[in-house]
Amino acid sequence: MPAPIRLRELIRTIRTARTQAEEREMIQKECAAIRSSFREEDNTYRCRNVAKLLYMHMLGYPAHFGQLECLKLIASQKFTDKRIGYLGAMLLLDERQDVHLLMTNCIKNDLNHSTQYVQGLALCTLGCMGSSEMCRDLAGEVEKLLKTSNSYLRKKAALCAVHVIRKVPELMEMFLPATKNLLNEKNHGVLHTSVVLLTEMCERSPDMLAHFRKNEKLVPQLVRILKNLIMSGYSPEHDVSGISDPFLQVRILRLLRILGRNDDDSSEAMNDILAQVATNTETSKNVGNAILYETVLTIMDIKSESGLRVLAINILGRFLLNNDKNIRYVALTSLLKTVQTDHNAVQRHRSTIVDCLKDLDVSIKRRAMELSFALVNGNNIRGMMKELLYFLDSCEPEFKADCASGIFLAAEKYAPSKRWHIDTIMRVLTTAGSYVRDDAVPNLIQLITNSVEMHAYTVQRLYKAILGDYSQQPLVQVAAWCIGEYGDLLVSGQCEEEEPIQVTEDEVLDILESVLISNMSTSVTRGYALTAIMKLSTRFTCTVNRIKKVVSIYGSSIDVELQQRAVEYNALFKKYDHMRSALLERMPVMEKVTTNGPTEIVQTNGETEPAPLETKPPPSGPQPTSQANDLLDLLGGNDITPVIPTAPTSKPASAGGELLDLLGDINLTGTPAAAPAPSSVPQISQPSFLLDGLSSGPLFNDIATGIPSITAYSKNGLKIEFTFERSNTNPSVTVITIQASNSTELDMTDFVFQAAVPKTFQLQLLSPSSSIVPAFNTGTITQVIKVLNPQKQQLRMRIKLTYNHKGSAMQDLAEVNNFPPQSWQ
Amino acid sequence: MIKFFLMVNKQGQTRLSKYYEHVEINKRTLLETEVIKSCLSRSNEQCSFIEFKDFKLVYRQYAALFIVVGVNDTENEMAIYEFIHNFVEVLDEYFSRVVNNV
Repeated sequence: MPAPIRLRELIRTIRTARTQAEEREMIQKECAAIRSSFREEDNTYRCRNVAKLLYMHMLGYPAHFGQLECLKLIASQKFTDKRIGYLGAMLLLDERQDVHLLMTNCIKNDLNHSTQYVQGLALCTLGCMGSSEMCRDLAGEVEKLLKTSNSYLRKKAALCAVHVIRKVPELMEMFLPATKNLLNEKNHGVLHTSVVLLTEMCERSPDMLAHFRKNEKLVPQLVRILKNLIMSGYSPEHDVSGISDPFLQVRILRLLRILGRNDDDSSEAMNDILAQVATNTETSKNVGNAILYETVLTIMDIKSESGLRVLAINILGRFLLNNDKNIRYVALTSLLKTVQTDHNAVQRHRSTIVDCLKDLDVSIKRRAMELSFALVNGNNIRGMMKELLYFLDSCEPEFKADCASGIFLAAEKYAPSKRWHIDTIMRVLTTAGSYVRDDAVPNLIQLITNSVEMHAYTVQRLYKAILGDYSQQPLVQVAAWCIGEYGDLLVSGQCEEEEPIQVTEDEVLDILESVLISNMSTSVTRGYALTAIMKLSTRFTCTVNRIKKVVSIYGSSIDVELQQRAVEYNALFKKYDHMRSALLERMPVMEKVTTNGPTEIVQTNGETEPAPLETKPPPSGPQPTSQANDLLDLLGGNDITPVIPTAPTSKPASAGGELLDLLGDINLTGTPAAAPAPSSVPQISQPSFLLDGLSSGPLFNDIATGIPSITAYSKNGLKIEFTFERSNTNPSVTVITIQASNSTELDMTDFVFQAAVPKTFQLQLLSPSSSIVPAFNTGTITQVIKVLNPQKQQLRMRIKLTYNHKGSAMQDLAEVNNFPPQSWQ
Repeated sequence: MIKFFLMVNKQGQTRLSKYYEHVEINKRTLLETEVIKSCLSRSNEQCSFIEFKDFKLVYRQYAALFIVVGVNDTENEMAIYEFIHNFVEVLDEYFSRVVNNV
């Protein structure tokens, strides 16, 4: 058989292949030749064949049939064979293969070989792919080699020791005595690998770390070495662009960081050297900057004195001004990490950071944006916002959502005036309207409601904004809601802040209708528009007929949500016209809900504090908490978490309460009319529907029905029924509506319902409709409870009822266990 | 910690690869193509550090050859950048005209 081709020939041949298929063919041919050669047990050319096999493996082709051959090569006496054999072992073998254990004996012998190069090979291989069994067997040999005076072997032994420690952490103590003298070497190779070994030991074991800090005087040794590196003159062996062994310097700095973290003494010992490195290192080349970067990271991490920290941040500031992209990227990343702790120092570089927003590189822009948001405060809000809005205009789409959310947050925290706030929001909605997150819409609406004096101005600006373009859904939703609420202000031209525009009622209805019709409007937006049109029926005077017509048209819409709304509004017009104005009156100022997203349920202290509160103040702080404490006491505070309920409030909210009752009644009678519609909404879910988009509860478009209601409590004439709804989109939320009715002949007053659930659940209690349960079952109190049940455990609840009846105060505790399985599964 | 070291040319052919963490052999070619794709899509003004999946890439281009090193978060990117250049210089010392014969 002709001699197999050399590796170089093979590489040259493979490179001439023009297509992937051609290359594969060549490789397969060669593999076949190699396989037959292995079968013939050819000793002379084995090393050449394995070398070729390794090359093909590197290109991505399977080469497992060469594993045994590697072992044979390792066992051979020739150095060239051993070399390829060990290389093959490192690339092809690892602990997943069974054959690797056969190597252990070979490695052991080679570790004691007379030639240092063979010993070196064995150390390399063990340090690359040794399994835990191999490491355990051979750790003693490695430790012995760690103590030799041969620097070539010492450095390799140190790296091997790192691998042994990673595989078998219990052996760490074995290497401890050997490390004592490691740093006394002059050879940089040994120094470098020793520092790596020490770093690994300190990172893995806090005991080791403490030991090194106290006993070994490690820090002074490292400081000394670092000093020599900086101060020494030119040394051709270690020079990289004028700096002596920068890689070793970086490693030492990293080890110093680990030693100095959270330790005052060590940090103090290294203050000087860090200052020296920071000031003496040349920054004209990348090498110097790499060292400075590591120094800055170390300074920020240890307990350094403030002067040093300011020095570090100034270095980062200088980096930002550098032309090199890499340096700016690195600087921005580090500044982001330090802005929490050293806020003031970073503020000084704010203008440079803001300039980075205009950079071309995507990663730099992202970092600059995050950093800008972290730096915004009450003083610089106006200037920063200008820059951020400009950035929002010109940035890539992937940033727009984050930027918009960030701007909203910053504006909310630091807005200098309400008008400025509204203006900023308008600007964001018009420039990046389609990227605004969905949960921003309810927050914005709440914000607008709460700035009472700006209503006219807001609605005017929103109207003008959607006149031109109604494709951006969040903008249209907010605008539709506002026009619905404040349409009367718009038409009467009451705006003080800017020039009032002349708008007729018909024009307003035109725009809302076009939103309804437009293909670009989503179903949610259409819902907003329809509700807005309906609300205008009480605020507008001449166009009520037109509104009636629009509403009746949508009574047969294909969209179930629209149809349902339209049908109910129609019913309002026909049968309950006398209630229409009460129902559709202006929204009260809303309380701030501390949730982050529409489906997150938080235990809230549900006291409402509406601004226009005239009558007695709601039973505030002390009472609910004492009730909650009572509940805790009674329950013995075991596995149940109490919930502070809402106290019954005064007029404005109870107007809402009447609304709830009314709507409850309306829908009871309204369902026959809705029968043709395939709507599957159970009766008492309506309280949320007027508040669509305002509360952060889920829209009830997708409710699972058919959950039977239960009687939770029935005693002394008081009956409490629970009805359930669950959302298909968020199956861990169960909404329970309770109805309390009174069959005795006297009213029950000051009725308070409290509930507590086991720890794995979360509960939110909304305002009750009123605090009086009328006698003879003439009316009910309705209250909504939301339960979050992420673990789908069986629902249990303990309830506490307090009320006044027949002149005496009554109190009762009960446990509700008869929840139907569909309510929590 | 360095995860892998690659030398890939512009057409996507691997010239050298060394993995310091175990990666399945069929996943390797996939990883290499993805890596070279993200490196090729960068222009000259952009920086040499890419955030890739859950680790970072530091790359340097020499004529038609890309040298890419994958590192985890604790590593100093600029030191690795220097290291790549050091490596090329060492190769150049041992085997002359390293970069031309791509």
